[in-house]
Amino acid sequence: MKHILHEAFRSPKFVTGFVIFMAILALVVFYPLFVTDHPLAIIGQGTFFPPGIYVSVYDTTNAPQYTMMLPEAEGNRIGAKLGDVEREAMREWLIDFGIPRAEIDIDDTAKLMTLWDAYYDPALRFQGMTSARQKYFARLDASLEGLLVMEPRVIAVPNTETGAFEASQSIELTDFVNVNEVANVRVLPLGTDNFGRDMLTQLVSAIGTSLQIGLVAGTVATLIGLTLGLMAGYIGGLVDDVIMFFTNLFTAIPGIVLLILISYSIGQENRGAVTVAVVIGVTSWVWTTRAVRAQVISLRNRDHVNLSKLSGHSIFHIIFADILPYILSYVVMAFILQISSGILAEAGLSILGLGPKTTDVPTLGLMMRWAMIYSAHILNKWWAFFPVIVAIALISFSLNLMNTGLDQVFNPALRE
Amino acid sequence: MNDERKLCLSGKGLTKVFGLGRQKTVAVDHVDFAFHEGEIISIVGESGSGKTTLAKMLLGLIGETEGEVYFQGVKRDIGSQKKKQNYWKQIQAIFQDPFSSYNIFHKIDEVLLDCIRMRGGGKLPHAKKVEMMTEACSFVNLKFEELTNKYPFELSGGQQQRLMIARIFLLKPKILLADEPTSMIDACSRATILDFLMQLRDEIGMTLIFITHDIGLAYYVSDTVYIMEKGKFVESGSADEVILNPQQPYTRRLLNDVPKIHEEWDLSTV
Ligand SMILES: Nc1ncnc2c1ncn2[C@@H]1O[C@H](COP(=O)(O)OP(=O)(O)OP(=O)(O)O)[C@@H](O)[C@H]1O
Ligand SMILES: [Mg+2]
Repeated sequence: MKHILHEAFRSPKFVTGFVIFMAILALVVFYPLFVTDHPLAIIGQGTFFPPGIYVSVYDTTNAPQYTMMLPEAEGNRIGAKLGDVEREAMREWLIDFGIPRAEIDIDDTAKLMTLWDAYYDPALRFQGMTSARQKYFARLDASLEGLLVMEPRVIAVPNTETGAFEASQSIELTDFVNVNEVANVRVLPLGTDNFGRDMLTQLVSAIGTSLQIGLVAGTVATLIGLTLGLMAGYIGGLVDDVIMFFTNLFTAIPGIVLLILISYSIGQENRGAVTVAVVIGVTSWVWTTRAVRAQVISLRNRDHVNLSKLSGHSIFHIIFADILPYILSYVVMAFILQISSGILAEAGLSILGLGPKTTDVPTLGLMMRWAMIYSAHILNKWWAFFPVIVAIALISFSLNLMNTGLDQVFNPALRE
Repeated sequence: MNDERKLCLSGKGLTKVFGLGRQKTVAVDHVDFAFHEGEIISIVGESGSGKTTLAKMLLGLIGETEGEVYFQGVKRDIGSQKKKQNYWKQIQAIFQDPFSSYNIFHKIDEVLLDCIRMRGGGKLPHAKKVEMMTEACSFVNLKFEELTNKYPFELSGGQQQRLMIARIFLLKPKILLADEPTSMIDACSRATILDFLMQLRDEIGMTLIFITHDIGLAYYVSDTVYIMEKGKFVESGSADEVILNPQQPYTRRLLNDVPKIHEEWDLSTV
């Protein structure tokens, strides 16, 4: 056993897979120590806040102010509203309107704005222009309002007696605050989802749950598969026939169909994460059974088993001491694959709406489902689904890498 | 001619068929035999003639398709695990391939301790067990101190086969079935293995059933010889009868394959 581990850690594939998997595991274990929010807590009002650092506007006005003369400040300020895309769009409109291309210099903001202010008319719709495009120009025009008017902003506070607003503070164009000195700053590395929940916190928790589901499903499937395979292979005869009958039955019915039917019949309310995991395990033991049975059949007539019988050992001793150790490598490998396919099965079920109930815990599958229902993929809110896909892929990838690495350790013929 | 001696193992119409239908192989085909106590019996046949299959049936490791085995004149009953364990206290084996005979996960000590336990010595103090194991090992010229905590696969083929004999030394069965114990090991170790087997047989007075494809060897070691061809016993009798005066062309062919026999062994070892 020690030898096998030693060998395994000399396989680059196994090590890569192991490192990735451990990194994921470390994230799941340590992240909650730093971010103690409940993973399903709704923090944002509104859907799909993009990833970034969120700074409290209110607290910003109370933070100490510093004056900085930055030459690029004005350019940045204009650039934030008037990017390359907007400039191109304005040129397009102006050309359609009839201004010669040569007269339009989109890099000169002042000239461009003069032309725009002089000619733009929201009522105009040129040939071939969709109404969506027309609305886009109207919105663009509105956002450019006061772009070049760079004046200080005044904060007004209502007078407690008269109710009239009185200026209390003036914010200059050159005023800055230090983010570290703002009382409330929230980093949302992956933004929020459709309910306004912190994606990263939720994702980490979902990875944890999904790993547990994989582990439970893998354990259940491996235990059933191993027990049946050992019995069918070693005892043989009628026991073998009965077990193989059920194995063939389960092989003939695609696992996913069975899974869907069972999940559906359990009902949304009773489907906790563990239940779903067990159901997945119960429907995916066939291949382990087949593999184990085949191995056992080839082992049971070996001379070392015969010698063990001649030494007076019981069936249990023979199965556990003379058969199991020889197939343990296959069982471990099958187990790793079962974990990975269990996680994928949960994702598949959840996307179909047959996953664990949505109020308890997030899972990778449920996150995918929410992202899909709220059309994150159509709205281009990549942070709501892409990190989930990456997480699923990384888990699968690392488990499969470990498996391939182990395969090379156990089957020297596969080594390069 | 030897019928006054006690029967220890005999069989009637013993048959083993593997597979069904077209893939049917009749490995052992209606063989009759009577082995007597204290004898050395050789079963000789070429590769694939069914020797190992017959041995496994005699050991009760595989069931017979047809026919009966009699143990000490009584029909053998190994229906339950308990009866099997009792049977295996009386009959033991050394297998053809030492390299696949041991569980690679178990240390040599376990192999030997199993034997002590089987003889009812499971509760003996550890020192006594070590003493027994040391004695068994030194019988076959192995040093237990060097073997303890090692795995069988760390030994050479010859050493592994000697360890098998040490095992038999501890078990002291009535019958030993040695299935070509020397066929998988180098020529130099063969003589020693045979020597130890013969010594052991003299020491504990067991019946030895010796399986081989080497008719010369059979002549050299045995009292009674059975010649096996394609699952059938084609000829049997005392070693002298069968080998010096073979009746069957198959036996003659086997003899021709061993050129030495008529020249050297013929005169020197009779
Ligand atoms: N478990 C099995 N299933 C099917 N056929 C078998 C099985 N074991 C043995 N046989 C067949 O039975 C025949 C006899 O095999 P067996 O091993 O008894 O020969 P053998 O005389 O011991 O040969 P060798 O000298 O090579 O050891 C062979 O044709 C073999 O293919
Ligand atoms: Mg054989």
